[in-house]
Amino acid sequence: MSSSQGPFLKAPVWKPEIGAYLFSGGLAGASAVLAFVARSRGNHRLARRALLTAAAGAAVSPPLLISDLGRPERFHHMLRVFKVTSPMSVGTWLLSGFGAAIGVAAASEVLGVLRPVGLAAEGAAALLGPGLATYTAVLLTDTAVPAWHQAHRELPFVFAGSAAASAGAAAAILTPAEAAGPARRLAVLGAVGELAAAAAMKRRLGALAQPYEREPVRRLDRMAQSLSITGAAILGLLGRRRPAAALGGALVLAGSICQRFAIFRAGFDSARPR
Amino acid sequence: MGSNMAECHPVGFQWVMEARLKGATVIHVDPRFARTSANASFHVPIRAGSDIAFMGGIIHYICERDAIFRDYVVAYTNAATILQDDFKDTEDLDGLFSGWDPEKHSYDPGSWQYKDVEMHPSAGQREAPGPSAGADRFGGHGGLLAHGDPPHRDPTLQHPRCVYQILKRHYQRYTPELVEETCGVPRALFLKVAQALVDNSGPDRTSSFVYSVGWTQHTVGVQYIRTASIIQLLLGNIGRPGGGILALRGHASIQGSTDIPTLYDILPGYIPMPHAHEHPSLDEFVGRNAARTGGWGRMKPYLVSLLKAWWGEHARPDNDFAFSYLPRISGDHSAYQSALDMLDGKVKGYFLFGENPAVGSANSRLHRMALAGLDWLVVRDLVEIESAAFWYASPEIESGELSTTDIKTEVFLLPAAAHTEKDGSFTNTQRLLQWHHAAVEPRGDARSDLWFTYHLGRIIREKLKGSAEPRDRPVLELTWDYPLKGEHGEPSAEAVLKEVNGVDAQGKPVSGFLELKDDGSTACGCWIYSGSFRDGVNQTARRKPGREQTWVAPEWGWAWPANRRLLYNRASADPQGRPWSERKRYVFWDPQKRRWTGEDVPDFTPDKPPDYEPPADATGDAALRGTSPFIMQADGQGWLFTPAGLKDGPLPTHYEPHESPVGNPLYGQQSNPTRQLYRRALNSYNENGAAERYPFVMTTYRLTEHHTAGGMSRFLPVLCELQPEMFCEVSPELARLRGLTNGGWATISSARAAIEARVLVTERVKPLTVRGRAIHQVGLPYHWGYRGISRGDAANDLFPLALDPNVHIQEVKAATCDIRPGRRRR
Amino acid sequence: MAVVSGPPPYPDTRVAQPRPGQAVGFFTDSSICIGCKACEVACKEWNHVPTDGFNFLGSSYDNTGELGANTWRHVTFAERPAAPGGGDGQMRWLMNSDVCKHCASAACLEVCPTGALMRTEFATVVVQEDVCNGCGYCVPACPFGVIDRREEDGRAFKCTLCYDRLKGGMQPACAQACPTQSIQFGPIEELRTRARRRLEQLRQEGRKEARLYGVDGSDNEVGGLHAFFLLMDEPGVYRLPTRPATTTRDLPAMWKAAAAAAGALAAGVLLAFAGKGR
Repeated sequence: MSSSQGPFLKAPVWKPEIGAYLFSGGLAGASAVLAFVARSRGNHRLARRALLTAAAGAAVSPPLLISDLGRPERFHHMLRVFKVTSPMSVGTWLLSGFGAAIGVAAASEVLGVLRPVGLAAEGAAALLGPGLATYTAVLLTDTAVPAWHQAHRELPFVFAGSAAASAGAAAAILTPAEAAGPARRLAVLGAVGELAAAAAMKRRLGALAQPYEREPVRRLDRMAQSLSITGAAILGLLGRRRPAAALGGALVLAGSICQRFAIFRAGFDSARPR
Repeated sequence: MGSNMAECHPVGFQWVMEARLKGATVIHVDPRFARTSANASFHVPIRAGSDIAFMGGIIHYICERDAIFRDYVVAYTNAATILQDDFKDTEDLDGLFSGWDPEKHSYDPGSWQYKDVEMHPSAGQREAPGPSAGADRFGGHGGLLAHGDPPHRDPTLQHPRCVYQILKRHYQRYTPELVEETCGVPRALFLKVAQALVDNSGPDRTSSFVYSVGWTQHTVGVQYIRTASIIQLLLGNIGRPGGGILALRGHASIQGSTDIPTLYDILPGYIPMPHAHEHPSLDEFVGRNAARTGGWGRMKPYLVSLLKAWWGEHARPDNDFAFSYLPRISGDHSAYQSALDMLDGKVKGYFLFGENPAVGSANSRLHRMALAGLDWLVVRDLVEIESAAFWYASPEIESGELSTTDIKTEVFLLPAAAHTEKDGSFTNTQRLLQWHHAAVEPRGDARSDLWFTYHLGRIIREKLKGSAEPRDRPVLELTWDYPLKGEHGEPSAEAVLKEVNGVDAQGKPVSGFLELKDDGSTACGCWIYSGSFRDGVNQTARRKPGREQTWVAPEWGWAWPANRRLLYNRASADPQGRPWSERKRYVFWDPQKRRWTGEDVPDFTPDKPPDYEPPADATGDAALRGTSPFIMQADGQGWLFTPAGLKDGPLPTHYEPHESPVGNPLYGQQSNPTRQLYRRALNSYNENGAAERYPFVMTTYRLTEHHTAGGMSRFLPVLCELQPEMFCEVSPELARLRGLTNGGWATISSARAAIEARVLVTERVKPLTVRGRAIHQVGLPYHWGYRGISRGDAANDLFPLALDPNVHIQEVKAATCDIRPGRRRR
Repeated sequence: MAVVSGPPPYPDTRVAQPRPGQAVGFFTDSSICIGCKACEVACKEWNHVPTDGFNFLGSSYDNTGELGANTWRHVTFAERPAAPGGGDGQMRWLMNSDVCKHCASAACLEVCPTGALMRTEFATVVVQEDVCNGCGYCVPACPFGVIDRREEDGRAFKCTLCYDRLKGGMQPACAQACPTQSIQFGPIEELRTRARRRLEQLRQEGRKEARLYGVDGSDNEVGGLHAFFLLMDEPGVYRLPTRPATTTRDLPAMWKAAAAAAGALAAGVLLAFAGKGR
């Protein structure tokens, strides 16, 4: 019979910049932790590179977010309130705090000044880093989108794993191989954790995981798996050689990016099935 | 029936909703399940064009069970009147009545008369024999009425030639089985309707019918309404609260436009327009058109007062009150005939005020071609409607049939003020006049129709000033002095209303038409509106809230005539003047005060007692009994049988629409024998032989979101959003049959044209089983044209000119078509 | 008195004027909706809402499609078979004027990071257009799919329950325009009482398919709607979700999971340095 039809929900209005931010924020947060721990173990070569990676991630994140706003010139309105019920509000403050800390830490490292302040800032960033890497999962799950909302138990672990994998992979690419051991191990741990958590998430979603079986999400999701696994294997088995580490790291990074976008796009499909 | 009220009058429909909430049963009989059906108690699907069979079935049902309201019928209708011996019914002549002349293509109603009485129509010209036949056959209803009481009656209703028995016999084959076979309405559903009507009528309960153009736009349109009148008279529902037959009118004051008419054949207040050859003098005119008995007996004072209103001091007893100044008709000047005359080069100029025939008239394509035959055209409207743009933008231009450079018509497009920008009144279904005040000044050059007409007249008079030509005197001697206000010189609409109300010899407003005289001492622009400015107060502007007055609410607006809210309300009391029931008490006789009294202005001489017997030589109102509520008829009776006044018969008969895929199941006479047809190139018909080419029934209707020919809706974004494209409605069965897809395109074609539309497949349109076959119907909203934000093809392009013979209304509710998937070829 | 007359038994249009600070809302009784769309037009005219596209949808008489930034009242149409046990095979054409629900527990408001979405003194939910920066978070948060971002403008828009008219002591434009009083406006408690009475009346007339939607928190997890409905079929028929929920009700669990994952991330980094150390 002829009737008004269609789904009830609205698809998110976010552009790919937000998907990119999921990656850059996670990379930044986990890199800050990696940098801090490396520093504390005396691995300054690794620490430096992880620190600068964290700063780079922190630097590109605000422009990505601001450009997605409908009224970019009003970005500062985000700082009018602090609302626990709004992951975006929490995240704004997290990112602001993290950005300030990592900026100070990076500047101190590069310029070689105010080292005590810089080291304290590294500590602060490392404290905020895990939050930065995982709050974005809450950002997505705190919506009505079924494939996101119902994934709220697993998605933070997917993002944590993905952030760890990215941080480890980036550091493995940038750091001389003999100092990059922990980075390689982190990348493998992260990739395994990411994929395991993602599998658990889809199992729990059941029928709601349909978007992962449809294009374009399906391809992104499969690529995420194959890239991460391959990259992790190369890193793990052949990572002592710099070229292999670079390749493995690049594959893991690519896999992580695909994973972020698969989940991001899955939300659109879940809200508005075609 | 014949109406989709919730769709077309949503604001008025709130009263129907209120009635439903109070427990009323609302039945919607319609070819489609429409927005009204969704809010009715139940819906009856019916084949478009078969309503007389349906209602005839109800009459049959009522008569068979003798379920008539007998006391009412015997006393108030002509049921008991005995007819002439030589009357022959459609049962005798296979679909014709006696008196049919196949050469003249008309009936001589001589054999339809009451026995030993010469009856004439209630008002208007009778069929004149001899040299004035032909073009002068046209015109409004009118005629001389003879003395009141018919000499032969049988109050027991048994006499074989009394109207009641003739009626029964006429409808004897309109059984529930026939209704099912002809209309496609299942027997059980039909019986449910008939029983509901019967159960809800009588002394304690009344039922009402509501109709609109779903009834009038047929070649038997007038007879549709007649059939309902018969039902309502048999059930005693006329002149009683909650009863009656309501014609929904009110869009753009269409009721007002027949009261103070834009129709060519009547003067204000339904006085007939004089003929060029028939009526050399005022007294002859009155003699031929007024009644000797009944309400039309006072035609002379109404007409003289009208002439005084128009020509003032120049209308005097010695010049027949300027009767010769009135324009005369010499034939059929109706809108459709005028369009054909334009095609033939006989009409040179045309004024279109808020009218869009290029989209809104039947065979709209023909109208667009006709406009191209004019020398000049003046269009006054809110936007550039299709009728103003035909010379550069129509489908005919697109196809090359017309070319802009070859069209010689000079088109003047003038901006019109909207109703919110001018004072004036609307008159609606209830004959209620409601004043509206200008809320804002019109912008730019937009002006009201009143401004335009007044100043056009002023300028013409200035140009004619000093002329000695006799033909200029009627224009120069018009009273044309209305006060003007504002920077643009807007004539005072209230001054016009005052003139319409009428004034006495001292220039004071009269209180009603009974004060009008035939000696030239009174002037009145429209006798039925007399009283609308009584006591110098604009009665139509009154807005006392309903909860602060009686339930009849006489102080909201003003109804004609005389602020009477329910016509013929004498019938709400029994012959002795007592209410038929306490529950339905309305107007009744007060024996102490010796006056009629009650909830409303009595539609009766206030002090005429129920037992009044007229003396033999009485005329006018005095010739009617105290038990005759239908005071506009010569015999004071409700006419079940119409001895005079209608061209197509004294009793409604089921005729098929001019284009129909079905043979008439009842008679050899397929369609209305007197229907008006125009056989010419742009108006070919699908005559019965070509039934296979156009096998489906098509019908037109409105949508709530758009308004008539689209000038007021298709140019507004917010409305175009709601219904953005022309579409057709088809059943899933028809869609399968023809390969149509929902949301796709279809081309609908008829014997005249082809249009394209988007497809809406819906179960609200069903194929009906008629005479054993599935008959499919295609639904077409008619709002679209080639201008505006939302553009589309005009449904009226498909329909022919085939008119009701009495009122020249087009048959656009039923014709035949084919439908195929895909867009129209260009 | 002779004739059945008097004020209508329902709906009584003389509803009490809301007192300042009193919670108000809509009761939309779809059983008396005639599908005229006066509400859609009145809303657009009063609020200067831009057009939302000219699209023939082929979905009955609904060419509006859905609520959004540029449609704040949306009449839905559903052609349905006869109700169970209902009138001799007569089909039904159900019509309803959909609107923002002004949820008692409004997800859009809770996730808004700028505080643009707020609860007014009338207990309605309104976007402060001078604050909204168009982050779009409210859009996927609404379980009814009401609010959206206006493309050309960048900010989020939705029904304001005619906040400006309320401040002026008037009723919302849609309620004013509705010719059958299907859209009823007033103090929320009075509307709830009236709605329950109306439901009872319909049930007594044998119309068992009638139901209230969102009159309180019993059929949803948004705490009840300040714009609630009387429906004559399943909510899904009217494009309404069966058991809508405010997403933030699961937020504590979400933060917990995020905290655990954050801990796992830190632990993972530490683990990466275990054993060989450097």
